[in-house]
Parts: sequence; C-alpha cells; structure tokens
Amino acid sequence: MPAVQETIDRVRSIDIDQYKYGFETVIEMEKSEKGLSEDVIRFISAKKNEPEWMLEWRLDAYKRWLTMKEPEWARVAYDKVDYNDIYYYAAPKRKGPESLDEIDPEILKTYEKLGIPLREVEALEGIAPERRVAVDAVFDSVSVATTFRKELEKAGVIFMPISEAIREYPDLVRQYLGSVVPVTDNFFATLNSAVFSDGSFVYIPPGVRCPMELSTYFRINERDTGQFERTLIIADKGSYVSYLEGCTAPKRDDNQLHAAVVELVALEDAEIKYSTVQNWYPGDNEGKGGIYNFVTKRGDCRGARSKISWTQVETGSAITWKYPSCILRGDDSRGEFYSIAVSNGMQQVDSGTKMIHLGKNTTSRIISKGISAGRSQNTYRGLVSAHKKAKGARNFTNCDSLLIGDQCGAHTVPYIESKNASAVFEHEATTSKISEDQKFYCQQRGLSEEEATALIVNGFVRDVLQQLPMEFAVEAQKLISISLEGSVG
Amino acid sequence: MADVTNLRSPAEAGLSKLFESSRKAFASDQAISREEAFRFFEATGLPSRRVEAFKYTDLRAAITEAAPPAEAPSEDAARAAVAGVKGFAEVEAARLTFVNGHLVAALSDLDRIPEGVTVAPLNEALAQGDARLKLLAPVEQVRENPIYQLNTAFLADGALISVAPGAKPRTPVHLRFVGTGATAFSTATRVLVEVGAGAEFFLLESHEGPAGLTYQPNDALDVHIGEEAAFRHTRLNREGDAAIALSTLSVRLDARAQLETVNLVTGAKLSRHQIYLHVAGADANAVVNGATLLGHGQLADSTLLADHAATGGVGREMFKTVIDGDSTGVFQGKIIVRQVAQQTDGKMKSDCLLLTDDGQMMNKPELEIFADDVACGHGATCGAPDEDLLFYLMARGLPRATAESLLVQAFIGEAVETVTHEGARDALIGGIEAWLAARG
Repeated sequence: MPAVQETIDRVRSIDIDQYKYGFETVIEMEKSEKGLSEDVIRFISAKKNEPEWMLEWRLDAYKRWLTMKEPEWARVAYDKVDYNDIYYYAAPKRKGPESLDEIDPEILKTYEKLGIPLREVEALEGIAPERRVAVDAVFDSVSVATTFRKELEKAGVIFMPISEAIREYPDLVRQYLGSVVPVTDNFFATLNSAVFSDGSFVYIPPGVRCPMELSTYFRINERDTGQFERTLIIADKGSYVSYLEGCTAPKRDDNQLHAAVVELVALEDAEIKYSTVQNWYPGDNEGKGGIYNFVTKRGDCRGARSKISWTQVETGSAITWKYPSCILRGDDSRGEFYSIAVSNGMQQVDSGTKMIHLGKNTTSRIISKGISAGRSQNTYRGLVSAHKKAKGARNFTNCDSLLIGDQCGAHTVPYIESKNASAVFEHEATTSKISEDQKFYCQQRGLSEEEATALIVNGFVRDVLQQLPMEFAVEAQKLISISLEGSVG
Repeated sequence: MADVTNLRSPAEAGLSKLFESSRKAFASDQAISREEAFRFFEATGLPSRRVEAFKYTDLRAAITEAAPPAEAPSEDAARAAVAGVKGFAEVEAARLTFVNGHLVAALSDLDRIPEGVTVAPLNEALAQGDARLKLLAPVEQVRENPIYQLNTAFLADGALISVAPGAKPRTPVHLRFVGTGATAFSTATRVLVEVGAGAEFFLLESHEGPAGLTYQPNDALDVHIGEEAAFRHTRLNREGDAAIALSTLSVRLDARAQLETVNLVTGAKLSRHQIYLHVAGADANAVVNGATLLGHGQLADSTLLADHAATGGVGREMFKTVIDGDSTGVFQGKIIVRQVAQQTDGKMKSDCLLLTDDGQMMNKPELEIFADDVACGHGATCGAPDEDLLFYLMARGLPRATAESLLVQAFIGEAVETVTHEGARDALIGGIEAWLAARG
C-alpha cells in the first residue's frame, strides 16, 4: 500500500522549501585565511590561546590527514569538497562577552528567532521553577554564550566551551580527548582533530545527577566556512546527564561542510542521554546548496553498568554521513540508538549506528525509522558485533522504512557479527504497509481508515519520539510538524 | 588511508601462468570470451576482505596457490571415484556424472534422459556455436563477480539442458560431481538449464570429493525459467574437508515462473555459494533456502542477490546455519526492488544456532528499495539453543545430547522441508541426520 494522503501532506509540510531557519545574520566576522595549512592550524590554536600540547596534537592530526583518502563506501554521491576553498575559522569580531548584555545584539536576535533561550529564566519565589535548560550557543567557530554556568558549578558540573576547558582543565581534557574517537579514526574525524574550533565540554562529577538538561545549539552563519565542532562529555561514576544538540544554517546555493566529532565517556554506573535534532539547511528542491554533514559520534561505556543512549531526529542536511555508536566495554553496560531520519527533495542520508559488545552481559537496542520522499535516498547502515568475551550479550534491532513516491529509495545495510554462542542477536527490518488486521481492528471501533492509519503509525514512531527529552520533543515536533505519521512498517 | 597497491599474490601469479599455458588447449568457441573474463579477473585479483562483497570470505588469504586444472580422468579412475559416492544415491534419477569437472559419458545416463528433456555436453555446444549459449550469464550482476569470471576463463566442461515447453518429467536429472586424485587440482564446470514455458523440471546436484586434499572446484549453474515454468533444484555440498569450493547459481525468472532452490552444506573447508536472481517477469515466485551445518575449522558463505525488476514478484529466502566447533558461518543477502517492481513481496531471513563458544556467524542482510508499494523485510538472529527448550525435553527423560540434536533438527529442518521432491527432501534430511550422528 502506498503512503496515505495525510502522510504525504505532512511530509510535504516539512519540505525543504519550508525551511524556516535559512536566514542570514549580517555581522562583522574575523576569519582565518582560506584553505588548510599548518599556518591556519597555528592561527586557530593561537586564537584559542591553546597550550603547546594542543597545537602539537592538531599538527599531528593534520599530517596524518594529508595521507588519508575521503571514504567512498557510503551510499551518497556529491561533488567532492575542495578542502582548500573553505575558511576553517570564522568568529564574530566583538570579543569575549562577560555577560549576556555584551553579546552582539544581532547574535542575540538570531537565537531569539531560532527560539533558543539564552537568557536564564529565574524562578520566582514560591512558584515551582520551570524546567530549565542550560545552553551553549556555538556560532560558526566560537561559543558565544553558555548559560546557567554558575548554578551548574554549584553542583560540581563543568559545562563550558571546549576551548575554555582546554585552558582551565587541561588534565581532564588531555585524559579523555581522542580516547573514544582516536585522531586517525577516519578522514573526517582526523580533519576535525586538526581544525576543530569550538564545541562543548561537560564533566559530571561522581554521584551527581546533573540538575538540568544541557544543550548546545550550533549555527553556521558565515559563507564559505566549515563548522568543525568537538564535543566531549564525561560522566563520572554514578552520574547522570541529559544533553541536547540542535543545529541550523542559512539557505545558500553552495554546499557547506560540517565535520564534527562527539565523544562520550560513561564510567561505572553513569548514564548519558544524548539527543539531537539535526536541521541543517538541506538544499533546495533541485539539490542546490545544503550542508554536508559528516559527523563522527561515539560513546564509550567504559565502566560497569554504564549506559549511553543516542536519540536523533534527522531532517536536514544535503548529505548525512553519521553513525552514533556505542562501545560496550564495561560489564552489564547498555547502549541505545533511536533514530528518525526523514529525507526529502534531493537529500541523501546514510546513517545508522554501531553497537560493539565487548563486556559481559552487555545489552543494546536499535530502533531506526527512515522515511524517504521526493528524490531522496535514505540508507540505514549499522553494525552489531559481539566479541568472544562478551558472554550473554543481547541486541535487538528494528529498522523500518517507508517510501513516499516512486522517485526515492530506502536501503538497509546491517552487519551482524557474533563471535559468541551466548550472545543473542535479533534483527528485523521491513519496508511495508500497515497490517490490515490492525487497521481492521481500529475501524471496528469506529475510526475511519485515515484515522486508523494515523493512529497505528503514531504508535509506530512513538518508540523514538518518546526517547526525546520533553523540551526537545516539542522542538522536534515543531521542526517536522508531524510525529512522522506515514512511516508504515 | 594511503593508496594501497596490492602486489599480486603467488596464487594470482600462478593463475595467470596457468591461463596462458592452458588457453591453447581450450575448445575454440565464440560464445564465451575467456580472454575477457580472465582480464576482468586479473584486474580484480582474488578478492580479499577489503572488497565489500568478500569482507568475511577472504579468498586472497585462503587460496595460497593456484591448483592446476584437472585432466579428464581415465574411465577406470572415474569408475573407482564414483563407487563410493552417496549424494542422492537412493533417488531415482537420470545421472550426469562429472569426475574432476569432466563429463564421463560412460557413467552417465545420457540414453535415459527423461522425455521432454535434452542434454548436450557443453564442449559440443561451444564447438557448434549453439544458439542457446546466449542464455549464459542470465543475471547482469554475475558478470561482475570474480569467481564467476574465473569459472568462465577456465571453463573445462559442462552441459546444456533444455526442457521442452509444457514438459513435466517426473524423474529428476542428477548432476553428480565427484573429485578424485592425490594432488591438488581445480575444476571449472558450467551447466546451462533452459526450462521452456509451462514446463516443470527437477534438478539434483551433489558435490563430493576426497578428504585431506586441497582441491578447488568452481561450479556455475545458469538457469533460464520460462513463463509459467517451474524449476526445482536441490543441492548437496559434501566436498572433502580440505576443499575450497566455489559455486554460483544465476537464475532469470520470466513471468509467473517458479524457482525452488535448496542448498545443504556440510562439506568443504571453505565454501562460498553465490545465488543471483533476476526477476524479469511479473508475478514470479522464488523460494531460496540454505541449510548449513559446520563442524571444526570450516567456513561456509551463502551470498544472495535478488534483483526484482518486475511487478508482483514474491521472494522467500530462508537460511539456517548450525555451528559446532570453531567454524564460521557467513550470510550476505541483498534484495533489490527496482522502481518498476511495485507490489514486490520479499522476505529474507537468516538464523544461526551456535552450539559452542568458538563458532562465529556473520550476517549482512541488505535491502535496496526504489518502489513505494512493496512489502519487504529481512530478519537475522543468532544465539545458542534455548535453555528452556532443552530443559523441557530433558525433563521428559531425554539426555542433553539427544535433546540438543532434536532442537537442531527442528531448527534446520525448516529450511529443507519446502523441497517438493520427496526423494530429494529425504536425502537432505538423511544428510542432516548423518551430520548429527557423526557429531555424537
């Protein structure tokens, strides 16, 4: 059965022509010279006042990157990036705001328009405080504001731009940076290691439950720039943090590169919940413009009983190349991946996850829903593997896809590698219609066919939407204006 | 990653040498271009794990030396080799016996071929430029497969089987492949089957060979199933325990054609059975099953590509693997549904039972869908036998080993019970029972 009209309309309403965040902020910027060289890396490092070891780290990555080839195995086709035609550093000229009042008002306006709260809302006495979210706002290559820092400090939580953390907590950064995604992990991660400019650093001390949700909002604004943020989150023993990430960019005819690295480390009994609503500019209907989103995200469940959960709603980017993964090293650790990827127009998505079971009794769960419309291509690519020592490992994978129209494609490429008899792996994937029985059951109770379909499909994607923190769930809904009805499986 | 130039391995260099020296001996033929095939192979080389399609089956590492193509055996040697073979021995069939990859007329039932079926030795057909040879390589993608191209380059013998339109012979034809010898050798056979419109044809295929000898068979079966015709194929791999056995089945299905193919693997040190389907006509139906039972030090790879290019095709693919000891099972399946292939219903499943801690299973079930009105799914599972089920059986007085055998039999039996031909089905079940008995 093809998609129902309601679904088609809803997906159309998130069509790329409807991209609401495509405006540009006119602001004076300071940039590095165009192209990539040791000098540019020295320039970035100097701008950030980095210690010598950091510069060495970057230069080493750069040398290695020069010997690497861009990967071609993903199911995406695009004009190759000219890495020497990009500005690797762009920052608003007005310097280091001490308080919110010092931030360029144009930037404040930008975030207002995007609906991102940069002003800390104080709770009134006697009234239950609203749920609050601390925000780190990254504008091109720099972090322009980080909210609620003082309050977080009280709880011992470190939440700051990574450029500051390198200066203020060098030992902590040095211990963990590159320990999950090694410098030479892949072409884009190595490039990021050489030129990363900003991103967030989070450290949750032992036993602390982070008092509020943390979030980073990434905005690419300047023309011909690339954004290379780096995020490092460490949850020490027995701690918990929920972290949200959002991203947008102006509408432009040329492609811009976003090559980020996110590293998560969960020690014993710690839990990290990482949610993303990815809404980079996807290009126009003819595939002109849009962001190339080449991102390496990986979490390391280093301690026993630790847990890392990835949730992503992917609607933007011209090309997505992204596989948030979990290394389940600690015994009894758990990894989760929930994803909704909607592709439209000429978008190409190649996304999925890796669950690498190394410890005993590790469990993982993968729920992936892909919807392709227009002339887009949507691929799920995933690996589940159990090492010889991963006794009692368990995985459940479910990936479903829906095609709307006959010009698009939906693909599934799972790798399931089991080297252990006591590991139990189950994988299922479908590209199909709604069960007639379920529909009949609903219609028996007085619903129209359309209503029945909507109800069933709503239930179908709920697995993923439920995983989003409240604030983000609302934003996700706003972004896609649907809860992804129509993804039938 | 820096550019890596692979040096030619000794086996690849050996193959080039063998090709140069044996090309004069090949029958002159226009229908196949050995030269082109070998150039293709030379360009790709023996695929290593860096090649995606061979990620889990590294032929470059496994084939350390090029075994020379086997000579046609003397009749006495052939007779001695065939004396002990067991595959489908109890099934009444017209047999075509290939010893070391050469058709032995004296041991074949060429004069007892069922009515409506004709059989011609491939070499004759090649020499005469038989028009049916245009049906070779019936699936586009198979032409890009290095194993298949290697088979073309070294093709030594085979057969052309035609089933007349509407013919429905009850007796199957049995392709009996037997290997014999004291030193390593390679074989390359090709059988082409053309099933005429509305016909129904049973084909059995068995492969057996000596233990302890590293021989390298490379067999290809090309099939064209006409409109409303049915082709039912049962295959048995009982190769010797040191063999490196490569095989390719490629099938084109016309409108409303039916395919049933079941492959039971218990033999060979390394085996790779590749199945390529091209669903060219509307409402065709394909049942593709595989049952693999592995003991120690084996690797068995089942690779499937089902390309749906017509509406309403139904595909049911079920692969079951049981691993005992330190063996490796591989399943790679890919369903492609082209834009025109609306209403395709494709289901692919790979299940694995690991009986010991040393075994490993690699699954890669892929979907590539371009049509929006389809029902396609794939599933893959892997794990040890269910302790609860074992307990249930043991509580009824069965020893653990018997209980486990019963579970294995039930598990793997699902893949072979679809075989339509009763005798062939019994032979497969017999093969499974023998494997379990040998396990002890």
